[in-house]
Amino acid sequence: MRYTIAALVENKPGVLARVASLFRRRGFNIESLTVGVTERDDISRMTIVVSGDEKVLEQVMKQLNKLIEVIKVSDISSGSVERELCLVKVNAPPEKRGELVELTNIFRGRIVDVAKDSFIIEITGDEEKINAFVDLMRGYGIKEIARTGKVAMVRGAKK
Amino acid sequence: MRAAEAFIKALEQEGVEVVFGIPGGAILEIYDALYDSNIRHITTRHEQGATHAADGYARASGKVGVVFATSGPGATNTVTGIANAYMDSSPLVVFTGQVARHLIGNDAFQEADITGITMPITKHNYLVTDPKKLLRIVKEAFYIATTGRPGPVLVDIPRDVSMADIDFEYPSKVELMGYKPRYEGHPMQIKKAAELIMKSERPIILAGGGVKISNASKELVELAETIPAFVVTTLMGKGSISEYHPLCLGFVGMHGSKYANYALAESDLIIAVGCRFSDRTTGNVAKFATQAKIIHIDIDPAEIGKNVRVDVPIVGDAKRVLATLKKYVEYKQRKEWEDKVKEWREKFPLRYKKDGFKPQFVVEKIQEVFPDAIVTTEVGQNQMWAAQYFKVKHPRQFITSGGLGTMGFGFPAAMGAKVACMDKEVIDIAGDGSFLMNIQELATCVYYNIPVKVFILNNGYLGMVRQWQELFYRERYSATCIGCEKVSFEKIAEGFGAVGITVEKPSEVLDALKQAKEINDAPVVVDFRVDYQAKVLPMVPPGKSLKEIIDEED
Ligand SMILES: Cc1ncc(C[n+]2csc(CCOP(=O)(O)OP(=O)(O)O)c2C)c(N)n1
Ligand SMILES: [Mg+2]
Repeated sequence: MRYTIAALVENKPGVLARVASLFRRRGFNIESLTVGVTERDDISRMTIVVSGDEKVLEQVMKQLNKLIEVIKVSDISSGSVERELCLVKVNAPPEKRGELVELTNIFRGRIVDVAKDSFIIEITGDEEKINAFVDLMRGYGIKEIARTGKVAMVRGAKK
Repeated sequence: MRAAEAFIKALEQEGVEVVFGIPGGAILEIYDALYDSNIRHITTRHEQGATHAADGYARASGKVGVVFATSGPGATNTVTGIANAYMDSSPLVVFTGQVARHLIGNDAFQEADITGITMPITKHNYLVTDPKKLLRIVKEAFYIATTGRPGPVLVDIPRDVSMADIDFEYPSKVELMGYKPRYEGHPMQIKKAAELIMKSERPIILAGGGVKISNASKELVELAETIPAFVVTTLMGKGSISEYHPLCLGFVGMHGSKYANYALAESDLIIAVGCRFSDRTTGNVAKFATQAKIIHIDIDPAEIGKNVRVDVPIVGDAKRVLATLKKYVEYKQRKEWEDKVKEWREKFPLRYKKDGFKPQFVVEKIQEVFPDAIVTTEVGQNQMWAAQYFKVKHPRQFITSGGLGTMGFGFPAAMGAKVACMDKEVIDIAGDGSFLMNIQELATCVYYNIPVKVFILNNGYLGMVRQWQELFYRERYSATCIGCEKVSFEKIAEGFGAVGITVEKPSEVLDALKQAKEINDAPVVVDFRVDYQAKVLPMVPPGKSLKEIIDEED
């Protein structure tokens, strides 16, 4: 199973190293980890995707909680909005450009760089959507990919 | 005020009485400020010795142990001691000097990234990058080290930070967004635990080191007597209940007695307090106490469910939880279980063959002559014989490296314990190999007149490893002979200015111990030339369950 964990941490140097060190030491598998600022400048938010069983998830959460600079840890694997941003540099010979523009539009992506023989396409969405898009691009020849890893947030209460 | 002076003043406010350490370039400023303070400084002969001494001091007294070391090699020498304290949840605050801030990252002389190095072996650590934050960090360090589940905290202070000018404003309280230890157990969970206890026919209490740390021995004994339940301990929990108490079955696990292990394995309810179910305690965890429900009381939520399944988790401080739990249980006789345990106890006592010069015999005599002494141990066979044959009465009487198993821990720890409790006798039950790992602290003990006693069970071998080679590696004794029968510990002791005694046969043991007891103005080293073939038994072979424990004739 894969789980998504959100951790609020103090915005101090070394916190990321501590979290990474903890995962390595305890043998937990990180699939992706993102850090960013929050509405408070003394707090950052980490979104961590781990793979393992429920026991692993429990230990990950408890061990994270033990770190002094970790303020709050929540399992947001279900009921949350998940997004990732991906940049794909893809071969774009003149005869394929039309198709690429069309595909990009269907996926509500954007072409952010146009060069002689390639495009950089920006795409956001959940993991599935990005994977689907990347798969399509393979047919054209991908030169480079950069993915941010996932950020996630629990949905607001519904009546 | 100079930051170094403010720093020393802060330590005084924390009630620090003793610091163990060694000075050097990056921490000179702090040592200069220490010169004017009433804080006692013990200059050890190795920084590993300083950290173990501070650890022994902490375990014997319940206070926090404080260490100073310089940057680079001074700091890296503390690493084993820090890891040791971390594994056994001992409160230490280690202050290291660091190169000046502008040099950090440049591979300056004696620069080592000690906060990076100690990240996984400290409860928390700090690199002080702003002199204005120094005092707050000191406050936090002591708070974190001593509260919740205690542990070592390291504070790395760059040289120019200690030289800066700051105001002395020592914070009175600590506010950490992400650190709020929980002391009170959840009342519903405690009630559930009480229900399980009342239903149980074969209850047993498994007491760990947490009971001692929480000063919960009285509450533990009261609960045990109320139920009533037999008590077994982990190695770290040894002494959490007097081993003379009729309900106490001693320690369990790899080298516990057969009867204690049987009782734990056959119980239908384990009330585990302040322990972490290490592999040395549980044996094969898949086959651990298969018929038992488990109540696990611990201040660290991460320990619960980490190694064994738990039916009723209770997060809280042992002392408070046990006191509350006692209120919900009533006395219930469980005759069948009592008789069963009694039978095991009579049928399978700890025993050893009495031919030759047996180390177990030496420990029995130590017990006879020094029944109230604080005992530290080294690691290996000596440690296990000490645990098996030295019965302790008080919670802080037995000090051993349980989690990390650090050879060389016992002697400096004894030194630290003696500094904490000058009115008590302090003994290190040692192995020849282990003692040699921190023997340099004899110089410290002589210089400061810290009259500890070292009783070496000298078998000329890295005995415990040899035992494994004998049992599991077809007697191929690879690299375990250290030839210490040719070493004169007596002369070494004398060379340091301590007293040395050599004992060659069983008939001399008692006299030598009595002689050692009379000497209180110098450290004493007694070299017992014991039988090198003696083994620690019984033993749960690795990978086996507690019930598969083997003894001499099995
Ligand atoms: C620092 C360290 N190195 C190695 C070991 C592995 N080890 C465990 S017990 C042991 C032998 C200890 O020898 P000694 O102190 O003579 O004790 P004995 O077992 O002979 O009583 C060794 C080498 C260890 N525990 N600690
Ligand atoms: Mg030996």
